[in-house]
Amino acid sequence: MSTQIATQIPRVVERRSNRVRAVAALGPLTVIAGAVWAVLQPYRLTLLHPHGQGFWWLLVEPPLLVALVGVLFHLLVAPGLVSDLGEAKNAAR
Amino acid sequence: MPPAEHVHWLFATGFLIGGLGLLAEAIVGPEVWRRRRWRAYIWPATIFALGLLMWPVMVFFTNSAIHMLAHGSWAQVMMLAGGAHLALVHGKLKSRWWELTMPLALVVSGAAFLIHEQNGWLFARSAFVHHVCGWTLIIGAAFPLAKTIRPRYVPFNAGYALTFVVIAIVLYTARDAAPIFGHLGPGLVPHR
Repeated sequence: MSTQIATQIPRVVERRSNRVRAVAALGPLTVIAGAVWAVLQPYRLTLLHPHGQGFWWLLVEPPLLVALVGVLFHLLVAPGLVSDLGEAKNAAR
Repeated sequence: MPPAEHVHWLFATGFLIGGLGLLAEAIVGPEVWRRRRWRAYIWPATIFALGLLMWPVMVFFTNSAIHMLAHGSWAQVMMLAGGAHLALVHGKLKSRWWELTMPLALVVSGAAFLIHEQNGWLFARSAFVHHVCGWTLIIGAAFPLAKTIRPRYVPFNAGYALTFVVIAIVLYTARDAAPIFGHLGPGLVPHR
């Protein structure tokens, strides 16, 4: 007689495909590239030494622009793309 | 008006946005990329907008006839390529041979970079950047050309995307006054 009253559900391990990993990594890698650039060349960030700088020098900060593109991609494009990849995979089964 | 180097950086940001989108499309394939209709518009809309924005560059940053011709022709071919690709995505154009507008735009843009740069490769950072961008675009035009013939071949799509990522990186290095490598010299420092 079995004393177990609950059976174990087999653990479903969702393995992320390489494509999903690559798409999910694009945004963070871009942000990291911007951050590394800012650390290596802090003089490209005029916000760090704002005195006497004009409008354009304070607005256009290249390392921050790179990071911003990465953030926008990660928040706006990557989630839908990862979800669509999953749906396409399921539809192909 | 922004200094010229800022204009290069802003255009670099546009190319980075488009390049990342193209790279993602190369990774997932066109069927998945076009599952959400708005995504298919990212790249054509970006290139069309960059072409449109090249007109003010032509008007306000013209310091010679050759600059005006280069920027003007550049604006036209980018708008042509962007418009054709928008029409293809929207279904207004049916023939995929319209995709050949992109290699045309890249060759003309590359030529524009090279022709309007009057100095040699090693004259200064800005000259070096223009030469690198020019040749990258001319050589990179092979990717959209090959992609038109074999649209699903991943290396062609990846090469196409990386061409714009490289252009963005090179444009971000543009400085109005700087040696090719290294920091601005002490006599050249309006801004660091």
